[in-house]
Amino acid sequence: MTLSRRTFVKVGGAALALPLLGSRAFAQLEKVKIGFIYVGSINDNGYNYAHNQGRLYVEEQLGDKVETVFVENVPEGPDCERVLRELAQQGCNLIFATSFGFGDSVVKVAAQFPDIAFEHATGYMNGPNIGLYNARFYEGRAVCGTIAGHMSKTAKAGYIGSFPIPEVVMGINSFVLAARKVNPEFTIKPVYISTWNDPAKEADAARAMIDQGIDIIAQHTDGPAALQVAAERGIVGGFGQGADMSAFAPDTQLTAIIDHWGPHYLASAEAVLAGTWTPGNTWEGLKENVVQMGPYGEKVPEDVRAAADAVKNGQIDGSFHIFTGPIKDNTGTERVAAGVTMTDAELLSMDWYVEGVEQPA
Amino acid sequence: MELVLAILITVVGASTPILIAALGELVVERSGVLNLGVEGMMLIGAIAGFVVQFHTGNPYLALLCGAAAGMAASLIFGFLTLSLSANQTATGLALTIFGTGFSALAGSSYSARPVTLMQPLFPAEFYSSPIIRVIFGYSFPVYFSFVMVVAIWYFLHKTRAGLILRAVGENDQSAHSIGYSVIGVRYLAVMFGGAMAGIAGACFPLLLTPQWAERMTAGRGWIAVALVVFASWKPFRLLGGAYLFGLVMTMELYAKAGGGPLSAVPSELWAALPYIATVVVLVLISIRRDASTNAPACLGKPFLPAN
Repeated sequence: MTLSRRTFVKVGGAALALPLLGSRAFAQLEKVKIGFIYVGSINDNGYNYAHNQGRLYVEEQLGDKVETVFVENVPEGPDCERVLRELAQQGCNLIFATSFGFGDSVVKVAAQFPDIAFEHATGYMNGPNIGLYNARFYEGRAVCGTIAGHMSKTAKAGYIGSFPIPEVVMGINSFVLAARKVNPEFTIKPVYISTWNDPAKEADAARAMIDQGIDIIAQHTDGPAALQVAAERGIVGGFGQGADMSAFAPDTQLTAIIDHWGPHYLASAEAVLAGTWTPGNTWEGLKENVVQMGPYGEKVPEDVRAAADAVKNGQIDGSFHIFTGPIKDNTGTERVAAGVTMTDAELLSMDWYVEGVEQPA
Repeated sequence: MELVLAILITVVGASTPILIAALGELVVERSGVLNLGVEGMMLIGAIAGFVVQFHTGNPYLALLCGAAAGMAASLIFGFLTLSLSANQTATGLALTIFGTGFSALAGSSYSARPVTLMQPLFPAEFYSSPIIRVIFGYSFPVYFSFVMVVAIWYFLHKTRAGLILRAVGENDQSAHSIGYSVIGVRYLAVMFGGAMAGIAGACFPLLLTPQWAERMTAGRGWIAVALVVFASWKPFRLLGGAYLFGLVMTMELYAKAGGGPLSAVPSELWAALPYIATVVVLVLISIRRDASTNAPACLGKPFLPAN
């Protein structure tokens, strides 16, 4: 191939312009390369699946202007640091670390690659090139709790948790607060199973709770096992978590909380392309469409749908916040005074249960 | 009372796959081979069973294919350790890692796809009352596991073939010198263990939770391996051990979910109970001076003919 005069001029011009581009930490780009690391498998039908859907959403929206790479099943620990460094050396401009436990590794690697934008999900350590992002899943829990309060006949729901971390505790509390606004007798017994992914154990925990009188089930683990048991036993219903799980229990899923990271990922990718990315700290929910509600199950009657919609819309327009006092804890002590809304910092360190939650063993 | 029956039904479900996998491993170890790949073979059996159930809806075919897949995986192990005399511990661990990865790969396009559970073996009229349901309300693998306990005990202790298998496990050189094919017997044992692990794995999507999830056996293959030692290589003790573990695993959840005196037991204690039980049993076994640990003398040693 011969070098025509026109190409020569183009290449020369580009070469001249190059130093100008490099003069800022976050320059404008023609094309952005994004790396994602996931703690689990993209086929878990839940948390990691949802993050991967966000990645696909960015690809779909930006077309040729984006290239993405991802690494799944990355353990939280030193291995994560290696994976992050590899992604950085592959030329990623933007890297999303999608699990809480990746935090320390992100801080270390980000310091070595100041020109790369890092974003850490559900974390708390930011930096000059580390942004934080999270989703207000508890807003979805409030909608589920409203439905549970209306539909439960035994006024007792079961809740399968992974570990008693603030994220999970917050979800349980939101669910119960919403249900008790409908039915003040409503109670919940959380069962912690010490794992995110053990379908057989999730299913047995669901059986144990159903055999002891609950008729609605919610879970904060990664899969649909509990929902399937709810369908098998024919109780009132359950909820999808992380993704729409109606394929597993079409008549039993009352609604689902869907993680929708796509819009956030798209906004960050566009900011990097435009050279305007700054490390943010976002905690978005129903309003920003980062948390979505799945379709209502056929069982859910019209009036309950209306009540659930009211809670959903109240959270979208800001007129309703589930953690507005008066809130008592499960020992009867008032924790939040009437009219006061808990701050984000208080929510993110929540380690007590509201009234109506039986203290888990 | 009804709650007790409900708990029993859940215990049976939790114990069955562990029992089936452990029975297979018991026969393998009695022939002098230690296969630590049970967890991996279970996962391969689980994905094979799931895929067949998903496409055909025939749970018996699914169990059969689970068994075949587990057996195929065990042949990899057999070839490396028996034909090539590779280290059994390392090869078994490698098989578990391989099974985890292979099942994830094979199952990657089957997420978000439920299957139907296997129906109970007996027609519904049989178990109209709850008490009868506790006995007749299960699907095929549960009864299969009980039959296999008796069959394996009978095979090992009452048949000539069982005697040869034990001889190979206790003293491979002697068995070889009187003309038995040590390698051949061990291949058969390893394949049987693989088939049983495959069936145990297929029980997860067919009996417990009708879906495919990566690593869905969640360490129960390791419990099966430990149970064989716990049961000092005896089938009936294995039955007791598997149900003890199943009972503890289930009671933990029922106690956490319900009120009553059991819920006062801290969950950490529940989680520790199977291991406490293991230690107690091992101590009791070693106190009895007359019986040795009963471990096959050639367990884990590669067979290299003296001449």
